[in-house]
Amino acid sequence: MDRFEGKIWRLGDDIDTDIIIPTEYLALPGVEEMKQYAFSPLRPELSGKIEPGDIIVAGKNFGCGSSREQAPEIIKHLQIRCVIAKSFARIFFRNAINNGLLLIENPDLYDHVQEGDRIEVIMNDKIICAGGEFPIHPLPANLMEILDAGGLVRAMQKRNGILL
Amino acid sequence: MGHTLIEKIIMKNTGEQDVRPGQIKTVTADRVMIHDIFIPFVVEKFREMGFQKVWDQDRIVLIYDHLVPTSAVEDVRHFQIGDAFVKEQGLTHFHRADGICHQLMPEMGYAKPGNIVFGTDSHTTTYGAVGCFSSGIGYTEMAAVIGTGEMWIRVPETIRIVINGNLPAGVYSKDVILRVIGDLRADGATYKALEFSGSAVDAMSVASRMTMANMGIEAGAKAALFAPDEKTCEYSDVKWENVSWLQADQDARYCRTLEYQAEELEPVLACPSKVDHIEPVTAWSGTKLDQVFIGSCTNGRLEDLAVAAKILEGKQIAPYLKLIVTPASRSIYREAAKAGYLETLTRAGAIITHPGCGLCCGRACGILTDGERVLATNNRNFLGRMGTSKVEIFLGSPATAAASALTGVITKSEI
Amino acid sequence: MGMTIGEKIIAAAAGVQSVKPGEIHTVNVDYLMSNDGTTHLTIDMYQTQLKHPHIADPKKLVFIIDHNIPAENPKTAEVHKKMREFAKKYDISFFEGKGVCHQIMFEKFVKPGQFIMGADSHTCSYGALGAFGTGIGCTDFLYAMVTGTSWVMVPETIRFELTGKFREGVYPRDLILTIIRDLGANGCNYKVMEFAGEAEHNMSVNDRFVLCNLAVEAGAKTGIAEPDEKVTEFLHGQGREGGTMYQSDPDAQFLQTYHYDLSKIESVVARPDFVDTAVPVREIGDVRIDEAFLGSCNNGRIDELRVAAALLKGKKVHPDVRFLVAPASNAVYLQALEEGIIDILMEAGAMVMNANCSVCWGSCQGVIGAGEVLISTGTRNFKGRAGHKDSKVYLASAATVTASAIAGKIMEAAGI
Repeated sequence: MDRFEGKIWRLGDDIDTDIIIPTEYLALPGVEEMKQYAFSPLRPELSGKIEPGDIIVAGKNFGCGSSREQAPEIIKHLQIRCVIAKSFARIFFRNAINNGLLLIENPDLYDHVQEGDRIEVIMNDKIICAGGEFPIHPLPANLMEILDAGGLVRAMQKRNGILL
Repeated sequence: MGHTLIEKIIMKNTGEQDVRPGQIKTVTADRVMIHDIFIPFVVEKFREMGFQKVWDQDRIVLIYDHLVPTSAVEDVRHFQIGDAFVKEQGLTHFHRADGICHQLMPEMGYAKPGNIVFGTDSHTTTYGAVGCFSSGIGYTEMAAVIGTGEMWIRVPETIRIVINGNLPAGVYSKDVILRVIGDLRADGATYKALEFSGSAVDAMSVASRMTMANMGIEAGAKAALFAPDEKTCEYSDVKWENVSWLQADQDARYCRTLEYQAEELEPVLACPSKVDHIEPVTAWSGTKLDQVFIGSCTNGRLEDLAVAAKILEGKQIAPYLKLIVTPASRSIYREAAKAGYLETLTRAGAIITHPGCGLCCGRACGILTDGERVLATNNRNFLGRMGTSKVEIFLGSPATAAASALTGVITKSEI
Repeated sequence: MGMTIGEKIIAAAAGVQSVKPGEIHTVNVDYLMSNDGTTHLTIDMYQTQLKHPHIADPKKLVFIIDHNIPAENPKTAEVHKKMREFAKKYDISFFEGKGVCHQIMFEKFVKPGQFIMGADSHTCSYGALGAFGTGIGCTDFLYAMVTGTSWVMVPETIRFELTGKFREGVYPRDLILTIIRDLGANGCNYKVMEFAGEAEHNMSVNDRFVLCNLAVEAGAKTGIAEPDEKVTEFLHGQGREGGTMYQSDPDAQFLQTYHYDLSKIESVVARPDFVDTAVPVREIGDVRIDEAFLGSCNNGRIDELRVAAALLKGKKVHPDVRFLVAPASNAVYLQALEEGIIDILMEAGAMVMNANCSVCWGSCQGVIGAGEVLISTGTRNFKGRAGHKDSKVYLASAATVTASAIAGKIMEAAGI
């Protein structure tokens, strides 16, 4: 988790959970079946184009709306490396951490990148893109613990003594 | 220095003398709510985590509402998993077709003043109306909570919202909360608690307060609280002396205060497709509608049906318009039937459906297509929520909804 | 030679003195009804395939949205929008969310002696009021819409003489399921099923509706119950008059006459996956159910709701059963509200749906999943009718369905 780089997809403000995964697909058997519909109300072509290691850069309040955990799960399943947004909605934020999806909050990056740019992330240090360098503020310790464990399931497995 | 409502609730729960915003605390859940749409995932994670037994079979409430009635062949899988889990764990509180989770939790006394309650749905903030710190969480989180009975939280700062005066005729608590969300914006209360007070709030019924607490999450809030009063005690069947501790201190610290004079408020709409895009109803007067929906955990209660019935009594809704009415619970349905509201609404041309989430969650019950426009009393109007992404959803009060159903266009209600 | 009721109606509609089975006549159609099953197909053809699109008489058209209301997806909403806009444009009688099409026709339009076509197989229901109602496809519908007429081959008539009285717990639904079992799914292929006899005249028009409605499940072109003063009374109560009540002549020729003594009929259940498989309920064995449905054009009227309420009063729906009740129309719903029936259903744990085809149609509410079992008062139980292709549907009376909903398995009312 030290440093990585990737191609970015740029989404706007207030990307809500009904956009990330519409309700009508929530009774599909699993995330594998759902992921083709990710972002469909806004960008129906997007999920088909995402490649492993890509990064989402978004505006404010990413993930607002429902508590559906499929939202961060699907993003993880599409192998998005991390989401960098101006700000995150709180239920989404927590659900993402629990699923081991890396979230970085940065108020400025969004205004300095374009879709398709490649950026480099150096964890707990900075993000480097064509438009400049932007600092990363580390997450609180208790959240890092969950992320380091690989998500809440693994943290609980550890607790219950069944870590595989 | 004094404490806000949420700080006091956390203190009572943890036994600590003094908690402050920013601190990480581990709280015990007084109750948790899981609903049909996510029960399969909660159970899956629960097992994956290595838990065998839930921490307390009396503190978990399983409620089916999003998939009631079923509208696709896959839906029953959720029931099969939920039914089996209830049997396996001996859960004592289980509702298969009694109404919307957020209506049942306070209505049946599962969420009481001073409780801490978590639910697998973002509108869990609703129970703040009875002074409960209640918040929505994901299913992985919920699996850990039902296994341990505990959850870490970061003590939120509190935004104080004071509404004094008397609401004018035609202005309801839905208009108040929409205005507040418009001022705060969709992320204005992220990681914060909202605390409502003022003479206008005191005058509100618990049902009206539920409308406001319900929508707290639409400003990003962790909780939306009302200090208990006599009305709360009657509603929740608790004695005043047991809840009198739950009042904010005079010297409590708030990160922000918003003050409103009720007389200055007017009926408003949340316009497509954002909840914080608030404009007066009059700005859209005359806009043609295809459908009106009265229902949801936000506005599906008896007083909501009553105002709709009053406006539509003896009249007919506009031709070619659909009015769908979904009472929020079985008991509300029965009371509305007894009061004659269902008869009035049916004669006016309404389609009345069984209590459940209905159209609000966008799975069935009134889905729309390109170019159609709906005015709904629920809490979200995001793109694609009720059909295609070319459907326009306006959110408003039941009075605005009923008045508009009558004319077929967006109309301000005078009463 | 004398004519049967069906022949008389066709003769009148064709404007001729008399007709004989096998002849083909062009008839004027009194009403053309279409619902959200196929109207959009008719409209598409009307708008894209006709050189000179023209409606003979819009006043004869009735468009009714009943199958998927409220809509469960945008495609359905598109269908409804198309119907609505066409109805609005041509000023066609339009009903959306007011009830099942045949119930609305029954309450508001049908008169004895009329010749009515509907783009729905259970149009045969209108024989309950002494009319000739028959189901057609969207293309035939288009033709009739444009010309105001249709061709029809005169069917032979099979007469059913009904005598005696039902035993306690046995209903017209049991009778028609028994008749269909006896004759088979194509036993009345292209025939008129004519119901007559002392017992038929003792039946209410609602009861006659139950019989005529399922005629198509024996392959019939239509079902007609000999009309009488009960029809006049019913029409009067609905605020309409007129029509002509035909009776079969004493020397009319019937292909066959069957005699049914109602006192010998038992409560029955038709088994998956066909309608003509009725067996006595007491012989069905141990069949657990997941869902029960009371409603549909066949069995969703006040009589059935009263039966359900009488059985449910003071009891609860079985915890493992989803019991859905859909009144056949808003008028039925209002009456049920007034009689306190809705409250009894809600107290018992049933789910009260809006007035629509609901579970019988099986595509937007009460949809059942793989491996599930439904017992229903609907019209059909073909494979996958109510949901997943690996589900099973049993058909029975309101009493049997309600009793089963209480017991959690298929059971007669007497067993509760």
